[in-house]
Amino acid sequence: MSAPTTTPTVAAPAPRRLSRTEKRAGDAKTKLSSPWASAIAIALAVLWTIPTFGLLVTSFRPELNIRRTGWWTYFSNPGLTLDNYKEALYGGTSNFSDYFVNSLVITIPAVVIPITLALLAAYAFAWIDFRGRDLLFVAVFALQIVPIQITMIPLLSIYVDWGLAGSFWTVWLSHSIFGLPLAIFLLHNFMKDIPRSLVEAARVDGAGHVKIFFQVLLPLLVPAIAAFAIFQFLWVWNDLLVALTFGSAQNVAPLTVRLAELSGTRGSEWYLLSAGAFIAMVVPLVVFLSLQRYFVRGLLAGGVKG
Amino acid sequence: MDWLLNADTNGEKFLVMLAAVGLFVVVMGAVLVAVDRPRWVPQWLVVLGFIGPAVLMLVFGLVYPGLRTAYESFFDRNGENFIGFDNYVRVFTQDEFQIVLRNTAIWVLLVPVAATFIGLVYAVLVDRTRFEAAAKALIFLPMAISMVGASIIWKFIYEYKPDQPGVNQIGLANQVLVWLGLEPYQFVITAPWNTFFLIVVMIWIQAGFAMTVLSAAIKAIPDDIIEAARLDGVGGVRMFRYVTIPVIRPALVVVVTTIAITTLKVFDIVRTMTGGQFSTSVVANEFYTQAFTRFNFGLGASMAVLLFVLVIPIVVYNIRQMRLSEDIR
Repeated sequence: MSAPTTTPTVAAPAPRRLSRTEKRAGDAKTKLSSPWASAIAIALAVLWTIPTFGLLVTSFRPELNIRRTGWWTYFSNPGLTLDNYKEALYGGTSNFSDYFVNSLVITIPAVVIPITLALLAAYAFAWIDFRGRDLLFVAVFALQIVPIQITMIPLLSIYVDWGLAGSFWTVWLSHSIFGLPLAIFLLHNFMKDIPRSLVEAARVDGAGHVKIFFQVLLPLLVPAIAAFAIFQFLWVWNDLLVALTFGSAQNVAPLTVRLAELSGTRGSEWYLLSAGAFIAMVVPLVVFLSLQRYFVRGLLAGGVKG
Repeated sequence: MDWLLNADTNGEKFLVMLAAVGLFVVVMGAVLVAVDRPRWVPQWLVVLGFIGPAVLMLVFGLVYPGLRTAYESFFDRNGENFIGFDNYVRVFTQDEFQIVLRNTAIWVLLVPVAATFIGLVYAVLVDRTRFEAAAKALIFLPMAISMVGASIIWKFIYEYKPDQPGVNQIGLANQVLVWLGLEPYQFVITAPWNTFFLIVVMIWIQAGFAMTVLSAAIKAIPDDIIEAARLDGVGGVRMFRYVTIPVIRPALVVVVTTIAITTLKVFDIVRTMTGGQFSTSVVANEFYTQAFTRFNFGLGASMAVLLFVLVIPIVVYNIRQMRLSEDIR
């Protein structure tokens, strides 16, 4: 996702599950069935896959081959090596293993903290009546459109004043803040869908808000939490702007910062760049592919962030 | 306790992380325990416990800095002297910023239209085919990749080697040119077309988003509408044009505006591929350059405000369209 950003609302019509017979009946319905249609679809699929595939092949080729020939000549210049990855991970100049740790250390709290805070806030907006609730919720909702760029100069000077600049703390805090409006909005939408009777029943039994939140709502919200967690995870792991502004020092910078830097200073050393790019991509790809279902659900509920 | 601020080894880093998460859990736990006394605690205190932390962070991290930036955009590079609208005048009149504004306009127009078009065509083509899930995953995958990663992938496609005997192209795009009997071309460097080659990267990323949302919209079209159209003898391309498109129009508007907003704020691609050189900069990248590499805080602030102002009409349009489509229903 691209970086990341946010439109309000927009729930696209929810997908409907079709029964098998319905599916078969509808088969020819909307399809533009012609050889041209298939050709276009295949061409698009190839066009979308080739760029990544080419770099992946390259990352396993010996350095000399990469410099002299294109990856499509792989079969006439075979050669498979993990040296590029070794060099990228542990080589003195790139040292991606350290940056990988930084990415992990940045991402985990930056996902856990905003989700927790947003869950609590979303609960209050959905299930506690208080004066000014709707107004406050609209205000939080509206904050989604604020480009994070507009906050960065003042935030940085505050962090410098506090003596925290360039540490993990400011990166966590910033990511948590920037993730909150979307998180509150998304989780509130999911939370409002829970039947009122469930909450009422718990209340009659004498449960307080905290108990209702943990025992009644939380278990039902797991899919929603998963959906937002994936967003926030991809957004934080793949982020460049926040990391570059608040945590570009070597002992804090994540993979994206290092990769962008290498692309600028050693832009023609493809053995390093190709391996580095895949080291940075492997975690989000695994998360994404294994949890795709939740991601799509979040997307359709209006979860796009920037 | 220096490691809390300057963690150098991996062990220290994980330790700081655990400390942070632990601290957070303890603080939030204390807040919740404090408000979990339904009979003793007044309602407002409970509300404060639930939304207080989030609201506090939003005010600290979004509202205050936003207003502060708007204020600072009227000051000079060090934030000392009030200079009125001079920063904005500069942005709109100086030649170098004219290019930035022009590029931003091209990005915001081209990316949403192209990505939505491709996503829509693809969603229709693979809808209800045997390979639907796999075919969608292929287009979808770029969304999981960072824009930095995507930029590297495409930079490699565009890689240029001088046209000399014995030198092979290693970038696919230039190899295709050579196969076609043309001269290799400096895709990333040659202005003004290089902007379009950077835009390709963003389209490549965003098409998956468009496809996912539009595919869901297409699947939600009521069967009776399609049946009725079929009885009237409508099919194929005409079905697409006169039935599918009008029915999914609200979803289309949402996709286009969402991508437009995302595109407006994108800086990673320009930063990674050209660093804003060769006349490729956009407002979001220029903001970073002015504020954090040239340290012209006033000008940087005005760029950020400009971004915000540019987003507003798109959002307003989006909300308007949603209202309209609700009225029709």
